[in-house]
Amino acid sequence: MTRKFTHRAAVGATLSALAMALVSLGVPNAGASSGQTPPTASMKPQASIGKGEGKLNLIAWEGYARPQWVKPFEQATGCQVTAKYAGSSGEMVSLMANGGGGQYDLVSASGDADLRLIYGGDVKPVNIKLIPSWQQFRPFLKAPSFNTINGVHYGVSLQFGPNVLLYSTKSFKSAPTSWSVLYSSKYKGKITVPNNPIQIADAALYLMKTKPSLGITDPYELTQSQFSAAVNLLKAQKPLIAKYWSLASDEINLFTSGTTAAGAAWPYQTIALQAAKVAVSDTIPKEGATGWADSWLLAAKAPHPNCAYDWMKWVSTPKVQAEQAVSFGETPANSLACPLMNKLQAGSCAGYHANQPDSYFKSILFWKTPLSTCDNGKNNCVPYSEWTTAWTQITG
Amino acid sequence: MKHRLLRSGQWLWVSGVLVFLFAPIATIVLFSFDRSNIESWPIHHWTTSWYSVAWHDTAVRQAFVLSLKAAVAATALALILGSLAAFGVHRARFFGRDTISLLFVLPIALPGIITGVALNSTFQWAGINLSLWTIIIGHTTFCIVVVYNNVIARLRRTSSTLFEASADLGASTGQTLRFITFPLIATALVSGALLAFALSFDEVIVTTFTAGAQNTLPIWIFGAIRLGQQLPEVNVVVTLVVLIMLIPIAVAVRLTGRDTMSSRA
Amino acid sequence: MDTDHGLATSIETQKSGGASSLRSFALPSRFATAALLTPPLAWFLVLYVSSLALMLVTSLWSVNGFTGLIQHQLTTSNLQQVTSGAYPSIIWRTVLLAALVTVTDVVIAFPFAYVMARVATPRVAKMLLAAVLLPLWASYLAKVFAWISILEKGGALNWTFQHLGLPAPNLGFTNGAMWLTFSYIWLPYMIVPVYGALEKIPKSLLDASYDLGASSWWTVRHVVLPLALPGLVAGSIFTFSLTLGDFVTPLLVGGANSTLLGNAIYDTLLTGGNLPLAAALAVVPIVIMVVYLGVAKRLRAFEAL
Repeated sequence: MTRKFTHRAAVGATLSALAMALVSLGVPNAGASSGQTPPTASMKPQASIGKGEGKLNLIAWEGYARPQWVKPFEQATGCQVTAKYAGSSGEMVSLMANGGGGQYDLVSASGDADLRLIYGGDVKPVNIKLIPSWQQFRPFLKAPSFNTINGVHYGVSLQFGPNVLLYSTKSFKSAPTSWSVLYSSKYKGKITVPNNPIQIADAALYLMKTKPSLGITDPYELTQSQFSAAVNLLKAQKPLIAKYWSLASDEINLFTSGTTAAGAAWPYQTIALQAAKVAVSDTIPKEGATGWADSWLLAAKAPHPNCAYDWMKWVSTPKVQAEQAVSFGETPANSLACPLMNKLQAGSCAGYHANQPDSYFKSILFWKTPLSTCDNGKNNCVPYSEWTTAWTQITG
Repeated sequence: MKHRLLRSGQWLWVSGVLVFLFAPIATIVLFSFDRSNIESWPIHHWTTSWYSVAWHDTAVRQAFVLSLKAAVAATALALILGSLAAFGVHRARFFGRDTISLLFVLPIALPGIITGVALNSTFQWAGINLSLWTIIIGHTTFCIVVVYNNVIARLRRTSSTLFEASADLGASTGQTLRFITFPLIATALVSGALLAFALSFDEVIVTTFTAGAQNTLPIWIFGAIRLGQQLPEVNVVVTLVVLIMLIPIAVAVRLTGRDTMSSRA
Repeated sequence: MDTDHGLATSIETQKSGGASSLRSFALPSRFATAALLTPPLAWFLVLYVSSLALMLVTSLWSVNGFTGLIQHQLTTSNLQQVTSGAYPSIIWRTVLLAALVTVTDVVIAFPFAYVMARVATPRVAKMLLAAVLLPLWASYLAKVFAWISILEKGGALNWTFQHLGLPAPNLGFTNGAMWLTFSYIWLPYMIVPVYGALEKIPKSLLDASYDLGASSWWTVRHVVLPLALPGLVAGSIFTFSLTLGDFVTPLLVGGANSTLLGNAIYDTLLTGGNLPLAAALAVVPIVIMVVYLGVAKRLRAFEAL
């Protein structure tokens, strides 16, 4: 009996200490507050790139470290690349806990994870002068608010793109002009949308244009009543859904097999399906679109910083930017990538909007973490943790 | 007549189960020869080019070797810890044995994500760098139950009089263990080991959080199928792994087979 | 847990026939028992239970809606939340599916394992065992993808049915697909222990039953099945709990109504970063397994021999 008791006491004693550690590490904190100075802001970035460490560990979206540009990088720098692919932004944040845990060097995070990483102290300032191609970036991606705070860069922009409306050209003779097809009972059982709480923003974007009386101005900053309206729209949409897709390959299957006729997608799915001669096309409807903008962020405890800088330098060059853009169907940050894209695949520069002026950027509402503090200074917005709970209620 | 009907019914059932077991495997093998990286039936263009792609993929080889190391070590640890636990629980009818059963089941009953994140936080808090060892720790934790359950099911089926007789005849604990206990549980250990190995070799979610920057084979596979570009390569890798694993399975089954015959005599 | 009950059992055993074994073997070796149990328990307590416990304790804390930070104030609101909204139906769906998969695997595995152990020649039995084990090495994910391509609209199953002139079953992306895939993936984990249990039944026991004029059915029902029970229980613990904790299969083969407990936990923890609620949700499978093991005990599954 005494033994048992001691066990319990021992467990109990370590518990509170460990629990503190758990809370501060490991788990993404969705509601990181902005307006303060990031913990790593004072860390001085290195002034030059030294000799490579021979290794580089990346956390990336699948497709962001393809042999096409990884192999030449390895040969040129001697840095052996290991990429771990994350399934969601939350997974990225978790893996990057504790400054990358002394394991990871760089993460290709999207806008909805960037601020969590920056304010969580998991990434550190980058010396942008060491990345010459940065000069060629589109102006709005040189120091965007999601990777640059108070003039301090925590990463370099990579690619961006819109969430498009993918449709079967067998079911649609001409391109649908509105997102309304995803909410229309006409296509009951033939619709798919991403299995992602950020999908609530897509519903909010649709309501912003179709129900002005709700007063939505930013689909990522919703008051309780605006949020409820978006959630109700998605609950009404549920009976129409064939499947909430989780992997890009899921959606490819859905359209290949003819299970679905319309869905929210990335341009990547369109490219893959068209390459396989499946009759599909995509469009950005009149309401506009949400989208993503990814950056490479430098881990606070990066074990191979020189290789990490070599990599950021490499992926920012017009050639690699073009290669990634064409293979994934994204828009490159480097404005000189356009002609190289056309060389790789005729018409791809225009196809992936790389020739558009900066105003095009404004038509895409990029993912960002919903916070309880709205931009207008009020504190009545619904934070991201509630978005995920609501999403489970919708899809459950 | 009725007997014969029953017999053919039994074999019909066995054939049906075999078809069920191998239909997906056959699908995997077939699609490994598909030129398109989008799986759709029937296959239009056949190719063996994915085999050369997979063969020359160093990421696959490294991942395979890492998975093998982790699975072998985790299985060995689980064999030791799982059978110790089974013997302990079997011998002692003390209170709390149900609690122990529950404890061992938890790592597979809870979503891997819970185990993964919990272990990850503890490792970080304790300042343990993620490595092959942290993978092994995670895998052992959920493999113990496989060995434990197999061994304890066997022990419960074994009459304790055997052990008593051995002791009464003056055998030492070591002798009883070696000549009575071990032969009795040997097949349970082999099948427990095979299942534990398979579970470890296939685990993705816990491993994601305990592996650090290295990729095990399932992690590589999960990465490769997310976008679907490398789906045929995944099918090739799986086909090759199944072929390679024929050898250890044949050996293991041979070991259990001898026992089967003796039990029939 | 139920210490009283456990204590009663142990006293009971000492009083009854088990006494001889305890006297000659177990009793003097209390230390040996402790020595046997210490390494596995120490492993579990130090490495796993402590990490798990500190995670679960957060289920009693709350998340500040404003900052998203965790507040160390005791609250039962997370546990309450688990019993409201969509969660009860998610939990119910998960338990039902896990039970269905377990029953399916028992039904498939028992006759198969019986033939392996009692009917087939040793040579054939060996080959069948290898056949059961081999699919375990084809990656879980690859097998799940294979099922997608078999079951989906233009898939091999519909294709076969249509060529046979039958109506297409159209199982792709439904809960039926999920049930089939789970039953498939965990099947070897049922067959192996059941085979292990059946294989050990002395032939003389069955001969005796037949000699006494019992029919095959009677023998199976009253002799074989009870003896196979520990194997069936061991197998069912795998099939039930592995289904309970999985979230990849529902993501891939499931449809619009296929959210399982594992998915809810993944979303809450990784997408939403709501550790307290995720911990509260993780209490559910623990409770379910306590009940499951309790029922198994009630059915005397553990004392089957």
